[in-house]
Amino acid sequence: MARTMKLRIFRGNSKDGGLQDVSVEANEGEVILDVIHRVQAEQIGDLAVRWNCKAGKCGSCSVEINGKPRLACMTQVASFDEAETVTITPLRAFPVIKDLVTDVSFNYKKAMEVRAYEPPADLKPGEARMQQIDVERSQEFRKCIECFLCQNTCHVIRDHEENKKSFAGPRFFIRLAELDMHPLDTLRNRKQSAQEEHGLGMCNITKCCTEVCPEHIRITDNAIIPMKERVVDVKYDPLRWLGSVIRKREGIN
Amino acid sequence: MSNQLERYKYDVVIIGAGGAGLRAAVEAREAGLSVAIVCKSLFGKAHTVMAEGGVAASMGNVNESDNWMVHFRDTMRGGKFLNNYRMAELHAKEAPERVWELEVWGALFDRTKEGKISQRNFGGHEYPRLAHVGDRTGLELIRTMQQRIVALQQKDGRDHGDAEKFIKVFAEVTITEILKENGKVSGAYGYRRENGEEIMFEAPAVILATGGAGKTFKITSNSWEGTGDGHALALKAGGHLIDMEFFQFHPTGMVWPPSVRGLLVTESVRGDGGVLTNSEGKRFMFDYIPDVFKDKYADNEAEADRWYTDQANNRRPPELLPRDEVARAINSEIKAGRGTEHGGVYLDVSKRLPADVIKKKLPSMWHQFYELAGVDITKEAMEVGPTCHYVMGGAWVEPDTAAVIDVPGLFAAGECAGGMHGSNRLGGNSLSDLLVFGRRAGLGAVEYVKSNGANPVTDGSVVAAAAKIEAPFNNPGSENPYALHHELQETAHNLVGIIRTKAELEEAIAKIADLRARAKNIGVSGGRQFNPGFHLTFDLDNMLLIAEAAAKSALIREESRGGHTREDFPKMSPTWRQVNNITTWNGSSIAVEQKHLPDLTKELFGLFDIHELEKYMTSDELSQSRGGSN
Repeated sequence: MARTMKLRIFRGNSKDGGLQDVSVEANEGEVILDVIHRVQAEQIGDLAVRWNCKAGKCGSCSVEINGKPRLACMTQVASFDEAETVTITPLRAFPVIKDLVTDVSFNYKKAMEVRAYEPPADLKPGEARMQQIDVERSQEFRKCIECFLCQNTCHVIRDHEENKKSFAGPRFFIRLAELDMHPLDTLRNRKQSAQEEHGLGMCNITKCCTEVCPEHIRITDNAIIPMKERVVDVKYDPLRWLGSVIRKREGIN
Repeated sequence: MSNQLERYKYDVVIIGAGGAGLRAAVEAREAGLSVAIVCKSLFGKAHTVMAEGGVAASMGNVNESDNWMVHFRDTMRGGKFLNNYRMAELHAKEAPERVWELEVWGALFDRTKEGKISQRNFGGHEYPRLAHVGDRTGLELIRTMQQRIVALQQKDGRDHGDAEKFIKVFAEVTITEILKENGKVSGAYGYRRENGEEIMFEAPAVILATGGAGKTFKITSNSWEGTGDGHALALKAGGHLIDMEFFQFHPTGMVWPPSVRGLLVTESVRGDGGVLTNSEGKRFMFDYIPDVFKDKYADNEAEADRWYTDQANNRRPPELLPRDEVARAINSEIKAGRGTEHGGVYLDVSKRLPADVIKKKLPSMWHQFYELAGVDITKEAMEVGPTCHYVMGGAWVEPDTAAVIDVPGLFAAGECAGGMHGSNRLGGNSLSDLLVFGRRAGLGAVEYVKSNGANPVTDGSVVAAAAKIEAPFNNPGSENPYALHHELQETAHNLVGIIRTKAELEEAIAKIADLRARAKNIGVSGGRQFNPGFHLTFDLDNMLLIAEAAAKSALIREESRGGHTREDFPKMSPTWRQVNNITTWNGSSIAVEQKHLPDLTKELFGLFDIHELEKYMTSDELSQSRGGSN
């Protein structure tokens, strides 16, 4: 059951650009990425869109559809009314390269700033023993496909370019939480690092990141809030505070 | 052009950032070399991410009887004894270490009750052997490798003040040519996809780790990146491809809706109890157990069902036959008119497992069907059919070093290398393959660079490589690259697909030659900046080579084996088993030569029951090998 779909697609680059109206055929069961590809094949040969697996597993085709951060490959054409004009624009939090493709290198820079997993020095291959229940907490965060929709929607950086320097964003808060909860990671200061080096404190828990996550990772509830709570725990618990001061004075820590 | 060209010097350039490429990079860096990782997508998006079921390694965590010899036997059986035995041996021996090493680097596999890495059943594997993370094992593997690269970079940052001093990732770069001077590799040339600007890497060693070529076919589980780039680069550099007739059609791809046709439905669905039925409700796989597997697979439902709880005393369900067998069976059922509404068969796990277990064991399958097809797999059956999934053929390499034969300095690992899987790959053997041979390619390159040193690129090579990239923009031609790609996919699918005949293959070869001629007239619209039409022009050139190599090799091989089925030669032939098809490119067409497959060593020969080998080998071979001296 073919239908006509009216699209308004951003065309342009970092210097200038605007929305272009196109009409394109859409078939039953198709997703937005299918119709973008049809526009590419039949009307605008050089329309730029980033994509890869077309199965919601690689997180490449992140765009904004009617202003909402979505994966183009997981957004059904049928979810829009035929009379509606659907607007497709590049991710707003990152600089446009061309059309729907943005420069997401910010995220790779932040990835480099999160100190890597550090296993016990004496861990021999094949000797690790962990219970399923203990790995599951980190496994939830390792479902992340790095689509960066959470980064894009987070208003700490979406509307505040100046915050990018000191704020790693939700994707890297779940990375830190994953390492914090990883049964074998030996770096025990992940929470403090989230707070002091990666700007966890700037997050005010509006849960926008959780809402857009295509993997349904409970970013706010399971990663950000527990880390904030534990940071508070360590920082403001008078006994722990006293303990840390004493240890420091004795040169133990 | 050369005065403004972006140029780099490295010890090793790795093309492809999937599991094989990243594993090679780790090995080369740890040996002290500088490494450029070049990939067409963003870092971490490679097709490895799509692997679902798991990584095969005989750790014996679930069944202690497992060991490398059993894994080796299963791999050879799965490949119908056309595998390069040495590759299959190295793979089976080294896979456990490679999996354990991932754990040391932070991977979190699902666990057994004792806290070890859990292992699941899969087609063709005698014991539960696949280490896994739900059905997203590939994501875990790629993320672990990606994070391992970052860890090494961070260390370089601490030790040398520059995190990218020894490993740098060049994302969204396409390599169009392997550069050579004096008959040896000197580097690689290509363009940045973002702006079309050219980029040159000077390096004495290049590792191809570009993955598959599924995009040559219409229905495929491969992403756009699977355009056979490494295969084509190896051919154009003077290397050869081996056994390109063997493509794996995975039995279970989605068939509906059309936009996701071909998308993979993991074999774990069957490993975890899913059964295949036709439109008449019949569990048809019992009718398709080949003679060579009769003693290992149950011929009745009662025994097949008992196997899930008692594997010691029952034979396996026939749904878990190697992929080629299941794909052909499904194809036959559909052709016989017993297919579903949308041209597939039913795969049902809802009657076998409770909903919460399905969601836990197969979360991405549940998600995929629910979001893309509106099907709840905990309540209803899936519709599935064969999809082009994997190419067994690939660059012809030395087994131990992954060196591409006849091209000094060039290496290949993972799906773009051939030989390891013979005529058919077992599920789970791909992830282990790319770890084992990714590492070996890294080691091979290290040894090569240490004994050969730099091989500077000359200006002439740069000018020639640049001219090729400029060509489509100067072409006034009217051919559209998208339309040509579509025609190529139709041709490959209809004429070089699951079931082949002489007449159809000849027709395919003629059509591919015609498409190649028309591809010379591709005119590209728009500029160089992120222009997919321009990108496809280069990818298409590679896929034309793949299609030609596949069709010509398939025409020559007059037998049916694994991922190559000839309607006019339906049986396996012991004499063809001794033959590898070796393809070479002379600049205008593909030539195919026959080479004798290396003989099994006496030690490996002794791992098999002689009566099993009788099903595959000639009597001459059997008597020679039994008395062999190696």
